[in-house]
Amino acid sequence: MDTLERLLSEHPFFKDLDPRYIQLIAGCAREVTFKAGEFIFREGDPSSHFWLIRSGKISLEVFAPGRGPIMIETLGEGDVMGWSWAVPPYRKQYDARALELTRAIEFDAMCIRGKCDEEPKLGYELFKRFAQIIGQRLQATRLRLIDIYGSHS
Amino acid sequence: MVPVPYRVLRVRRETKDTFTFELQAVTGERFPFAPGQFTMLYVFGVGEVPISISGDPAHPEILVHTVRAVGTVTKVLCRLKRGDILGVRGPFGSSWPMAEAVGNDILIVAGGVGLAPLRPAIYHVLSHRGEYGRVALLYGARTPGDMLYKKELAEWRGRFDIQVEVTVDAARPDEWHGNVGVVTTLIPRAQFDPYHVTALVCGPEIMMRFTILELQKRGLRDDQMYISMERNMKCAIGFCGHCQYGPNFVCKDGPVFRFDRVKEIFGKREI
Repeated sequence: MDTLERLLSEHPFFKDLDPRYIQLIAGCAREVTFKAGEFIFREGDPSSHFWLIRSGKISLEVFAPGRGPIMIETLGEGDVMGWSWAVPPYRKQYDARALELTRAIEFDAMCIRGKCDEEPKLGYELFKRFAQIIGQRLQATRLRLIDIYGSHS
Repeated sequence: MVPVPYRVLRVRRETKDTFTFELQAVTGERFPFAPGQFTMLYVFGVGEVPISISGDPAHPEILVHTVRAVGTVTKVLCRLKRGDILGVRGPFGSSWPMAEAVGNDILIVAGGVGLAPLRPAIYHVLSHRGEYGRVALLYGARTPGDMLYKKELAEWRGRFDIQVEVTVDAARPDEWHGNVGVVTTLIPRAQFDPYHVTALVCGPEIMMRFTILELQKRGLRDDQMYISMERNMKCAIGFCGHCQYGPNFVCKDGPVFRFDRVKEIFGKREI
């Protein structure tokens, strides 16, 4: 097993994933590093990649005219960033910026979609995992809508 | 019970609507208490409110309360100044299980002003650090400006023997470099042994509900989790029934409950 495959199998997102699939998707992946303050993508960019964060911290931001950038979520070690690569129109909906030096594994979305078409079981496994992430983020967003620390509570 | 007169020694503004008061008995009497207990604070001519004690149990000569101005009494209370007098009854209620938790890891999860009733437990753990395993404090607030005890949080973060994770619901990048998201998102990052951990949880009920779900996902049993409940109170000694919570009175049987003892009624709309 080469270094990249080892890093992939150690990441929580790919926990217990069949080593054959790890080997298959490793061909679509590469290690990347983002410097503190560096923008990884901007709202409206084509969603051509997703990332597994190995260390560091990334902020997802929305720019509101008159208010400036607002941080809506931070992601760190063990998290996955980006799921818009999986659903049309394949566009980024936020800005993503490294808050500190961040190491990640970057996936080429087109390559992954191709692998999923070739190997539907891999696609099913991958989409199950992404569905869980999307569900967790939706839940967290709903909790924030409730304003769970508000003075009315 | 007759309220005992206490003098305001110091007032510190924590957030735009939350203040911490240091009080001392006019007679100089000490005020021993256990972490998690509360008092009834009486603002003369206005009314009485239950407020958790947020000071250090090792320093019973000073009674510390953190109060958010949300109701009639607390709004007047938050206008008190150094030298003013108010009435105090207590301490009342159950406490965090500091003795039972000895030998375990400690996980503290606080939301909003829920950090105040947990602060005495944090002081206790830090002053008896050798008696506990790993200690993690997870704290969530709406915005950086709504965080309590910022200076102490920074000090605790600087220690090597406690994991402190803080998150806010939303922030501007120029004012905040920490985590953004609800407090439950911090739970997967907390370092503890799920078989040997005691979790102390305090915050609005809805926050505690989702925290418990997340802790259950990490493998905690119901008897490893403790929550602090809030209800309207009057007598604080289990006579009037204002704070009835199923078969319990929050003032007497609570405010701290082991979760397995209230799980059947926790979150029930009718209760």
